[in-house]
Amino acid sequence: MLRFILIRLGQAIPILLAIYTITFFMVLAAPGGPFTQERKVAPHILEQQMEYYGFNDPLPIQFFRTLWQHITFEFPPLTSYPGLTSKDIIVDTFPVSLELGLLAMIVALAIGLPVGILAAAKKNSILDYAPMSLAMVGICLPTFVIGPLLSLVFGVWLGWLNISGWFSFADRILPACTLGLFYAAYIARLTRGGMLETLNMDYIRSARAKGAPEFKVVIVHALRGGIMPVVSFFGPALAGLISGSFVVETIFQVPGLGRHFIQAALSRDHSLILSTVLFYAALIIVANMIVDIVQILLNPKLRYR
Amino acid sequence: MTNRLFCSTLIVIHCFNPFSSATPADDAIEEGILLLGNGSEPHSLDPHINSSMNGHHVIVSLIEGLIAPHPTDDSLPLPGMAYKWGHENNTVWTFHLRDAKWTNGDPVTAHDFVYSFKRILSPRLGSQYSEMLYSMKNAKEYNEGEITDFSQVGAEALDERTLRVTLKEPVPYFYNIIKHNSWFPVHPETVEKYGTIDDPANNWIREEYVSNGPFKLKNWQMNQIIEVEKNPGYWNADQVKLNGIKFYPIVSENTEDQMFNSGALHYSYTIPSDMIPVYRERNDPTLKIEPFLGVYYYSLNTKVPPLDNPKVRHALSYAVNRNTIVRRITKGGQLPAGNFTPPGISGYEPESIASFNPKRARELITEAGFPNGEGFPKLTLLFNTLESHKAIAEAIQQMWKSILGIDVEIRNQEWKVFVNTRHEGNFEIARNGWIGDYMYPDTFLRILQSDSGQNDAQYSNPEYDQLIAESFSETDDQRRLNLLAEAEAIMLNDMPIIPIYHYVRTYRIDPRVKGWNPTPLDVRNFTSVYFE
Repeated sequence: MLRFILIRLGQAIPILLAIYTITFFMVLAAPGGPFTQERKVAPHILEQQMEYYGFNDPLPIQFFRTLWQHITFEFPPLTSYPGLTSKDIIVDTFPVSLELGLLAMIVALAIGLPVGILAAAKKNSILDYAPMSLAMVGICLPTFVIGPLLSLVFGVWLGWLNISGWFSFADRILPACTLGLFYAAYIARLTRGGMLETLNMDYIRSARAKGAPEFKVVIVHALRGGIMPVVSFFGPALAGLISGSFVVETIFQVPGLGRHFIQAALSRDHSLILSTVLFYAALIIVANMIVDIVQILLNPKLRYR
Repeated sequence: MTNRLFCSTLIVIHCFNPFSSATPADDAIEEGILLLGNGSEPHSLDPHINSSMNGHHVIVSLIEGLIAPHPTDDSLPLPGMAYKWGHENNTVWTFHLRDAKWTNGDPVTAHDFVYSFKRILSPRLGSQYSEMLYSMKNAKEYNEGEITDFSQVGAEALDERTLRVTLKEPVPYFYNIIKHNSWFPVHPETVEKYGTIDDPANNWIREEYVSNGPFKLKNWQMNQIIEVEKNPGYWNADQVKLNGIKFYPIVSENTEDQMFNSGALHYSYTIPSDMIPVYRERNDPTLKIEPFLGVYYYSLNTKVPPLDNPKVRHALSYAVNRNTIVRRITKGGQLPAGNFTPPGISGYEPESIASFNPKRARELITEAGFPNGEGFPKLTLLFNTLESHKAIAEAIQQMWKSILGIDVEIRNQEWKVFVNTRHEGNFEIARNGWIGDYMYPDTFLRILQSDSGQNDAQYSNPEYDQLIAESFSETDDQRRLNLLAEAEAIMLNDMPIIPIYHYVRTYRIDPRVKGWNPTPLDVRNFTSVYFE
């Protein structure tokens, strides 16, 4: 297992390096720069700013200097927030996105798993069709529709929750549900699919044949195999959830990382773009690795590969 | 068990809804705290680095310049750090500073102002608003690095309380320019404590925000809230009625609107454009539509044929039905623009030249050699990606098609790409907009001068440049304004830009907030604001 982890971590280095290189050059290729503004900056001012932030240096120097900054975590000041660095932004905002993401994951699993299991167990009944149609709606409805709807109902009409902000625990509910419901729909569908496949297996028939109660068959025997698709989905989904969602963070005024991820690109903040992209990439790699480990633990067949 | 569940449910509900109908806005009024929507997160609260309106709103509550914003009239001066001032020929201005303190107890001195002017003009700081100080003698030269000795710049502290500013030419409305945050003082020792005078990344604003205004910084959480509280050491603290202000950087217009509806804000910075007609319809007392010193226009690239022909440019302008655009598309009470400079500057009455006249438009396009639009090359109308710009572009595309018989392609670009294209002059027709920095027509007219960086149309008329330059040596106020109006008429007769409409500010405000007056620059003097 240790060897497996080390190999995976070793593989991560060239991946991150490739992502860094691609991002670095894509940022440079984008028209407009960090100092492009409606009010045209005077040439001598632009020159000073380019010099200060090192954009006048030869490309290879910029490339390796920025790379080194990301290896040593010694970041330069940001062009979009003078006085702050990418590290300040990530340290400040990642905990928020992490909290929101984990809460959303709990919502997603708490709704998605039971619904999916029930739908598979009661295949082709109303308990299957109704929740699965709802799940389809959930997948189709984007967060920027669900979010304002929820805040209209619970914020404006009922007045139970704040429309936006990130101050009290109650402020977590609407964003977490908005984000979670979307994933819940996916998880429900994946669970149902995985469970249906497993429920047709021979060993399930054997379990039923030896008289195990239906509840035990579904939850104990089938679930372990049935949730494999969910586990595979879980990794990238978790990485996506905890690195922040631009839409949900904007609708609910959540000070998370997701907004910086988009805003950095819009304001052409080279350093922040690279840091957030690499951070997200690293999260996905780690999440996928954890998922692989969990899958190995769940599925003995994989242990010998 | 059931009982326990019931009880805990009740407790949970109780937490969310304390059985009272008091909204956060009600509670805040009790505490004397104003809750404001403030657009997006300011990139900096450093008066010498900030370049956004959102930052400006917060900074004016924290720092006071020589002249304070007037609560009711943007063109009038109000004593700020300077309790009196005088001038010789509008060129040498002397400011007498009052006995005022920084939030750390240090006195505000004339030296602080000189230091601040030096700071924003330091080439390495790269301030994007350093140009605002260029009316000062040698300011431009120092900023461009031509001279390195700041004592040659026209800012001098005669003593602790007397500041003399020498301008390179007479500027009669100088007191209006210095209301801008680029002229604001910073506390020199604090700036030096966290970096050098010219370090753009100097983080004193987050480490220790020493200020001299009616409020002081209490809490700043990025993308969440900026809280300021009353500054008891402010020279005029007795007159400050609010105990504090909370600025919320709410990017989403819909969220802000819903927050206002749920009673979480006293003031919403914007209104979703589709809601404006709804609130107008029901005569919502919270809805405000006020003049705003800004103009929405199209730049015509005067270097590209056939747009190099003034007749073509006039034909395009005459074919734009501005009334239809403001009534059917923008719907927010915007004013159809017959000229460039927005109304509201007293004494300034420019001729209205741009109008809707389909007959004249057809005549002109025929005279230009394109009868019924025949042979007219397919031009591209460029705008930055936004639904409202697209709607206007489509309407104008249609007007040109039906009146002039010409086909124009409309194309959108992401903001920075768009701005880049426009600055580089790689366009034929491009959307444009300009917001005035101070209450004087030249804040608009200067951008079309031959040497202006904002002159996207690449317009050049020596007569126009000459008239604007002349106006500054004119000592009589009305004659000076007349010269500027004359210049504007010359420019509009060349029609390098098509004025479309003059902006309005649309926002919602709690009727219990008093002393919030319409100001065309949207600069607020928060000392005048109070609750009923």
